[in-house]
Amino acid sequence: MKNHVYRPLFLVIAFVVAVLIAREIVVPEDFGTHEAGYMYGWHRKGNEQEWKDFKVKYQGKDYCKLCHQDKVDKISQTPHVIINCENCHGPAVKMARVDGKIHWKNPTYTKHGEDTFENHIDRTREQCLRCHAKLPYKGSGREWVRGINNTEHNPDMECVMCHNPHSPGFG
Amino acid sequence: MISRRGFLKYGASALATSGLITTTSGKIFAAAGSGSKDTRWAFLIDTHKCTGCGLCVKACKLENEVPMEANATRTWVERYVIKHDGEVVADSPHAGIDGYTRNDPQGREIPESDIAKSYFVPKLCNQCEKPACVQVCPVGATYQTADGVVLVDRTWCIGCGYCIMACPYGARFFHPVFRVAEKCNWCYHRITKGMDTACVEACSFGARMVGNIMDPNDPLTKIIKTERVSLLKEEYGTSPMAYYIGLDTLVR
Repeated sequence: MKNHVYRPLFLVIAFVVAVLIAREIVVPEDFGTHEAGYMYGWHRKGNEQEWKDFKVKYQGKDYCKLCHQDKVDKISQTPHVIINCENCHGPAVKMARVDGKIHWKNPTYTKHGEDTFENHIDRTREQCLRCHAKLPYKGSGREWVRGINNTEHNPDMECVMCHNPHSPGFG
Repeated sequence: MISRRGFLKYGASALATSGLITTTSGKIFAAAGSGSKDTRWAFLIDTHKCTGCGLCVKACKLENEVPMEANATRTWVERYVIKHDGEVVADSPHAGIDGYTRNDPQGREIPESDIAKSYFVPKLCNQCEKPACVQVCPVGATYQTADGVVLVDRTWCIGCGYCIMACPYGARFFHPVFRVAEKCNWCYHRITKGMDTACVEACSFGARMVGNIMDPNDPLTKIIKTERVSLLKEEYGTSPMAYYIGLDTLVR
């Protein structure tokens, strides 16, 4: 065969070999089809653990109870027992804003720090209205919650000025 | 003219094809509660119980580090208002993160006398048994785990956006910070530790539930096995794993 055939052929072979070598280096060892099979299972196995190690923020009421048993006892005697503490108090994790980015720290049993904004309590009227704004939506869960007319029921006041969320009503 | 033999042959294969949809989700249903050692996560949403407070969306964003201000979210709550004249006014402003505090679907006030029925529908990734989003990924960045959850490898995703287009439920979006495809993974870091997802934790009314459908003692399995449940867009053949109670026909 002539030289003009061999030269591009060598180029192509060199390219294929280069791609194969690069593939061997770039593709991680744990990449392949795993349990979910050929169609849905192609992935880097190590990523599963990376997701499992993702930081947990919401700890749940049982965690809050470890220190705040009295508060949990109090709210447990009211209809508000169904609400997770962290819905108003924020997730029980220390967090800090550094250069505009949120950094999560390990939850601790120690006193809540001052340089952080964790446990930033949402006392706004808007927070209460999420459930307690009366809406004419028959068939939705809102029907079963005692609601107020937002424009008529002391519109300029914060709810917490009269109502204690831990013992709603006038307790 | 088709022969009798041909009619039976093609008829049977057509029937089998149309039956595919029910058999794939039926497979999981048949295995549900079998006590199999393999875990298969499933979700249950009771739309009767949802009050549209939006605290699930807020909790999800905080838990999974999706920026609050970005118009992107892993879960969302839809509002449906159906008028007596048949008109449907549905919306989900900012995914419902601030809760529904006013009777203003799509900015219109609808008088109570005009409303026939109205309800809220929480939505999230269905973790399909046959995920269309995974099938289209050209690099193997999104995948199904052994326990059925679809995850995205952030280091591997090239951001082509095929998966976002492929999802029939609109559950995927582009993460504004990491610049890769993002989706709800039923708080994989929580459920694998035996915890509830953040949205389930935040829901005061028990409208959301997550569990292992293979475990016969899981409350979720008991409900799915005994009560009337439905799925979203079953006809797409993706075999979604988020079951619904009280789903109206016009919810898609």
